[in-house]
Amino acid sequence: MSRTIGNSKKNPSKKVYIAELVISKILFIFVMVSIATTIGIVWILSYETVQFFREVSIIEFLTETEWTALFNPPKYGVLPLVGGTLMIAFFSSIISIPIGLGSAIYLSEYASKKTRKILKPVLEILAGIPTIVYGYFALTFITPAIRNIFPEANIFNALSASIAVGIMIIPMVSSLSEDAMNAVPDSLREGAYALGCTRFEVATKVVIPAALSSIIASFVLAISRAIGETMIVTLAAGSTPKLTLNPLESIQTMTAFIVQVASGDIVYGSVMYKTIFAVGMLLFIITLLMNVISKIIIKKYREEY
Amino acid sequence: MTNLQKRKLQDKIFHILVLSATLFGLVVLVILLKEILNDGLKWINIDFFRNFASRFPRKSGIKAPLFGSLWIIGLTALFAFPIGVGSALYLEEYLPKNWLTNLIQVNISNLAGVPSIVFGILGLGIFVNTLGFGRSILSGALTLALLILPVIIVSAQEAIKSVPKELKQGAYALGCTKWQMITGVLLPYAMPGILTGTILAIARALGETAPLLMVGAVTFIAYTPEGIFDSFTTLPMQIYNWTSRPKVDFHHIAAAAIIVLLILLLGINSLAIYLRNRYQSRMSR
Amino acid sequence: MNKKIQVKNLNFYYGNFHALKNINLDIEENKVTALIGPSGCGKSTFLRTINRMNDLIEGTRHDGEVIYEGKDIYAPDVDVVELRRKIGMVFQKPNPFPKSIYENVVFGPKRHGIKNKSKLDEIVEKSLKAAALWDEVKDRLNSSAWSLSGGQQQRLCIARALAMEPDVLLMDEPTSALDPIATLRIEELIEDLKKKYTIIIVTHSMQQAGRISDNTAFFLMGELVEYDSTKKLFTNPRDKRTEDYITGRFG
Repeated sequence: MSRTIGNSKKNPSKKVYIAELVISKILFIFVMVSIATTIGIVWILSYETVQFFREVSIIEFLTETEWTALFNPPKYGVLPLVGGTLMIAFFSSIISIPIGLGSAIYLSEYASKKTRKILKPVLEILAGIPTIVYGYFALTFITPAIRNIFPEANIFNALSASIAVGIMIIPMVSSLSEDAMNAVPDSLREGAYALGCTRFEVATKVVIPAALSSIIASFVLAISRAIGETMIVTLAAGSTPKLTLNPLESIQTMTAFIVQVASGDIVYGSVMYKTIFAVGMLLFIITLLMNVISKIIIKKYREEY
Repeated sequence: MTNLQKRKLQDKIFHILVLSATLFGLVVLVILLKEILNDGLKWINIDFFRNFASRFPRKSGIKAPLFGSLWIIGLTALFAFPIGVGSALYLEEYLPKNWLTNLIQVNISNLAGVPSIVFGILGLGIFVNTLGFGRSILSGALTLALLILPVIIVSAQEAIKSVPKELKQGAYALGCTKWQMITGVLLPYAMPGILTGTILAIARALGETAPLLMVGAVTFIAYTPEGIFDSFTTLPMQIYNWTSRPKVDFHHIAAAAIIVLLILLLGINSLAIYLRNRYQSRMSR
Repeated sequence: MNKKIQVKNLNFYYGNFHALKNINLDIEENKVTALIGPSGCGKSTFLRTINRMNDLIEGTRHDGEVIYEGKDIYAPDVDVVELRRKIGMVFQKPNPFPKSIYENVVFGPKRHGIKNKSKLDEIVEKSLKAAALWDEVKDRLNSSAWSLSGGQQQRLCIARALAMEPDVLLMDEPTSALDPIATLRIEELIEDLKKKYTIIIVTHSMQQAGRISDNTAFFLMGELVEYDSTKKLFTNPRDKRTEDYITGRFG
């Protein structure tokens, strides 16, 4: 065969290899960006938090029941902020968990393919709506509705924010739980139907137990998400840190406090500036723990089909 | 009632319960959209796009936040896309599966679960103050880029994994180097999937408020940005500002701005769906 | 006889699994060498040691030598990219890239620095003609390679390999995913190609080995049991195991 096509004498040359090497180094640097992000978060939070605890005792921070960081004399007991956060997490879960799980059961066990095709995008749209929009909705629609029923409710109240946060989180619970239920093999369902089970029995006695660990993990993630939610609570829940069990009162969450400080005039390096990082550190630790717990639940109780 | 009738009734009630749970989402969505359209639609006109924010609701517009949002989104995409896709390529094609890959993967999935406000704190601490970029577009875009990076990496990894290994081997058998294989076969095949994931992530960045409030803070801005070191406001930040005022008219222009934001998001998401459909039809050919 | 490739004491391992055991064999130039044996016998692994495709799998290692052009292809100064240009490969399942027919053929040449359009056109015509596909596709070079039938796709993959002007062509069960008529066309093509190329083909079909090959190597559990001219191996095997396999007693 004639050797005219191609120029096989030409070596792919050193240039190609140097390019390969450079490219792989660049990609390595790219991958390190996400590691650096984690290190950056941990470093900046710890650094400023340590600074904060030089001026405020850590005992006071964790045990005092008054948070008046923005007033004189300032008191730095973080418990009211934690209490407000937990209240939002609790009441929003009451909405997001049953409704999210209910939709997941309907979509996975009851709905026909066609209905599913129509209803699933609705949940996807809900998931795609920015939280600021839910915040607007809470303040201008949910709060007036609540005050119609409970005239004593404050304009800013934990209940309104909780409802909006709950609605926002429904799609997440629903899609994670549905994925878990879809992963249950049909042979298990068929076995139960063959024994004369109703759909209710198949769903509650076979499918949910089989998918339980992933479903519970989705609940943990839902709570974690509610704890980290910021805009809805900033707009609707108020800015009065308070230890209370009454959801009709105005409260403040950790996230809302951080926004409140950051949007005021803060002096870089002041104690007030450092409170952002101390409260942020606590928030970071709590949400990280919950995310890790949800992963452990999935890993430890992984369903083997 | 016989046992069987009882069980059938139980099934029926449960059916109704879970159906209503699903419909709840639909009902909320309808009410939410109706409320916002009711409040905001009549405020949208040409001037609304041409004016800057003002203390008079009638004279207020979204020129500054609209431009701010576009700047921020453009710059965020510019940072996050190459780094995200590059990271995914490195994880899938370069790094052998060992403890380091595992560590990076766990780290990425944990980052995806960190509340967005914490990224805002990172941006405030590092970009605004330590690196001295100030409360600028650059600080905002870097912060959002880090926020959406895990999402882009994970979706790009999925797209890269879907490339059949026969195609990759085919390229290697022709004497391709790794990078030639990647640019010649892998990326063209995986690109629609990668783009879909990236676009959805960018839609998320467009709606983010909390991290930008930490980094940007200034919300009264009567000019459009001209460079990356200018201060900025964005649509969600302006919506927050207007919603947090007591006067009802401000709520209504907030609703008008929400309509604009939702239309932008709708456009972006449609693009992603279009790409996904094109991708799927190519697969089935 | 002209030895194109000499394999000496080759051992190959996947982790702890000893996949090839002390293989010795010489491949003749411009002949078709068939590798046969039951699945899992190591014939495909052996094929992939010749263009070092096994390098892509983690946790593999080897010892021994594969001598090509007077040099061990596993020597540290051998450029694997250059090696694969000279030793082309066709896979079990047709694997055209999701690009046009034209782009598939020029994929290799372009990446090795040929930019000239008329040169590329020339390569496309020549390669497609050599792969007996030109007449069927010359009017639609820009349509997607995925629109071709399975047999056409496989011939396109052969054309894609030929466009690199290889010396040796490795074929890993190239007809196993094709219907009988497409198989026949590929077999005719192989017959034709051996005038210019040295061909090594893995096949699961004894009949195919008998029809197209000059020499046949029989592998069993990682060992080379017997290697001889196809005629001799099929009519008068030396080893009992070869005889049992050929007569269909196992495998």
